[in-house]
Amino acid sequence: MNAVTKPLATIGRVTLGFLALVGRVAIFAGQSIAHIVRPPFYPREFLTAVLNIGYFSLPVVGLTAIFTGAALALQIYSGGQRFSAEAVVPQIVAIGMVRELGPVLVGLMIAARVTSSIAAEIATMKVTEQIDALVTLSTHPMKYLTAPRVLAATLVVPLLVGIGDIIGIMGGFIVGTQQLGFATGPYLNNTWNFLEMSDIVSSLIKGAAFGFIAAVMGCYHGMRSGRGAQGVGRATKTSVEAAAVLILAANFLLTSFFFAT
Amino acid sequence: MIELTNVHKAFGPKRVLDGVDLTINRGESMVIIGGSGTGKSVLLKCILGLMVQDQGTITLDGEDTSKVERDAFLARFGMLFQGGALFDSLPVWQNVAFRLLRGSLAKPKEEAREIAIEKLRRVGLTPDVADLFPAELSGGMQKRVGLARAIAAEPEIIFFDEPTTGLDPIMSGVINDLIREIVVEMGATAMTITHDMSSVRVIADHVAMLHGGKIQWTGPVGDMDNSGDPYVTQFISGSAEGPIEAVR
Ligand SMILES: Nc1ncnc2c1ncn2[C@@H]1O[C@H](COP(=O)(O)OP(=O)(O)OP(=O)(O)O)[C@@H](O)[C@H]1O
Ligand SMILES: [Mg+2]
Repeated sequence: MNAVTKPLATIGRVTLGFLALVGRVAIFAGQSIAHIVRPPFYPREFLTAVLNIGYFSLPVVGLTAIFTGAALALQIYSGGQRFSAEAVVPQIVAIGMVRELGPVLVGLMIAARVTSSIAAEIATMKVTEQIDALVTLSTHPMKYLTAPRVLAATLVVPLLVGIGDIIGIMGGFIVGTQQLGFATGPYLNNTWNFLEMSDIVSSLIKGAAFGFIAAVMGCYHGMRSGRGAQGVGRATKTSVEAAAVLILAANFLLTSFFFAT
Repeated sequence: MIELTNVHKAFGPKRVLDGVDLTINRGESMVIIGGSGTGKSVLLKCILGLMVQDQGTITLDGEDTSKVERDAFLARFGMLFQGGALFDSLPVWQNVAFRLLRGSLAKPKEEAREIAIEKLRRVGLTPDVADLFPAELSGGMQKRVGLARAIAAEPEIIFFDEPTTGLDPIMSGVINDLIREIVVEMGATAMTITHDMSSVRVIADHVAMLHGGKIQWTGPVGDMDNSGDPYVTQFISGSAEGPIEAVR
C-alpha cells in the first residue's frame, strides 16, 4: 500500500508546489505591472536601469549576434550545397536571425547579464536589511526597485533584439560576400526583399516578452532571497535558470502563435 | 503611546518572543536590554510591521498597527538598523536625505542636502563624507550615517538598534547625548536597544529587560540598580554567575 501511495504523494506534492510557485510568480508579475502604472514614479531609477540593461549590454549582444550570423551563413551554405540550394544563404540568414536566433540569443544574454545582476543586487539588499530600511523610509520596494527595472527591460530589450538582428545579418553578409563569393548588392537585396513586416514585429514582441521575463525573474528571486551570502548565491543561480527556461518556453509559445498556420 | 500585548514570534521551532507585554509612553525614552539573540531586534521589527507577530497585538495611540494606513504610520517613524542598512548605490548625503528627496516630505535638492550635512554634523561627521559612498566608510561611520538617516526627517518615534556598538568611547558619549537631546528637545519617543550600560544610564527614562521571550523586568532607570531581580542584577554587573546561562 505504502509503495503505491508514496510515489503518488510525492507527485502530488511536487505538482502542488509547482502550481503554488507559478501562482506566486504570476502574482508578482501582476504586482510589478500595477506598480509600473501607478505613481509615485522613480525616473532616476528607471534611467539607471535603461543604461544598465540596454546600453551596457550592447557589446555582448553585438558580439553574440555577429558570430552567430557568420556561423549561420557558413552552415546554410555547406548544408545547401547538398541539394544545390546554396543561393538561399541571404534569405535564410535573415529569417533565422530575425525570427529565432536574434530574440533567443539576446534573451539568454540578458538572462545571464541582467537577471543575475538584478537578483544579486536585490538579494544583497534584502540580506543587509536595505529592503527593510526602504520600507521604514516609506518607500515601497516593489515600486522603487522592481517597477523601474521591469519597465526598462521591457522597453529596451526589443531595441537590443533589433540591433542584434541587424548585426547578425551583417555577420552573415560579411562571411557571404568575403568568403562564400556572394555579390554585395544582390545579397542585401535578397535579404531586404525577403523579410516581411511580420518577421520584424514578431522579433520585437519576443524581445519585449523576454525582457519582461528576465527582469521579473531577477526581482522575484532577489526579493525572496534566503539569509547570508549563501542565500544571495542561491537566489542568483535560481533566477538565471528560471529566466533562461522561461524565455525558451515563451519563445516556443510565441513562435507557434505567430507562425504556426 | 506604543502598547504591546502578549506578542509571540517564532522562527520554525525556535520561540523568540513568547508573550511580550510592554508599554512605551509618548515622549519617553525606553531602553531595551537583554542578552544577544533574545529577540530585541525582532521586537522592533514587529512593531514596525517588517515582521508579523504570530500572536498578540501591537497598538500605536490605541490603533492596531496591523490595520493602520501604512504610509502615514511609517512616516511617523525613524529607524536605525543594527547593521546600518545604508543603500550602497547612493552617496552618503542621499542616504541621509532619502526621505527628504521623495514622497510626501520631498524638499528641493539643495535644501535636502543642507539638512543632510547638518544631521551628519550632529553625529560627528564632517561635510566631506557627504559625497562618499557607504562602502568607503568604516563600520562606526556607517552606523552614524544610519543614525543621521533615522533622525533626518525629525520623526516622532525613533528606534535605535545598538547605536553605539562599534564606536569609540568618546563617539559613544556624543551619540548618547544626541539621543537624549532628541528626546528632550524634540519631544520624540525613543526606543533604544543597547548592551552598553553607560549608554543605558544616559539615554533611558525607562528600562525593560527581555529574557526568555518575555519582559523579565521593567521600570524607571533609577530603580534598575535596586531592582531585586537576579536577571537584571547579573546583566548589569556582567557576571558569569547567576540565573542567565552563558551558553545560549
Ligand atoms: N529572519 C529570521 N529568520 C529566522 N530566524 C531569525 C530571523 N531573524 C531573527 N531570527 C532569530 O531570532 C533570534 C533573535 O534575533 P534578534 O536579531 O532579535 O536578536 P537580538 O536580541 O537583537 O540579538 P543581538 O543583541 O545579538 O543583536 C535569533 O536567534 C535569530 O536567529
Ligand atoms: Mg539585534
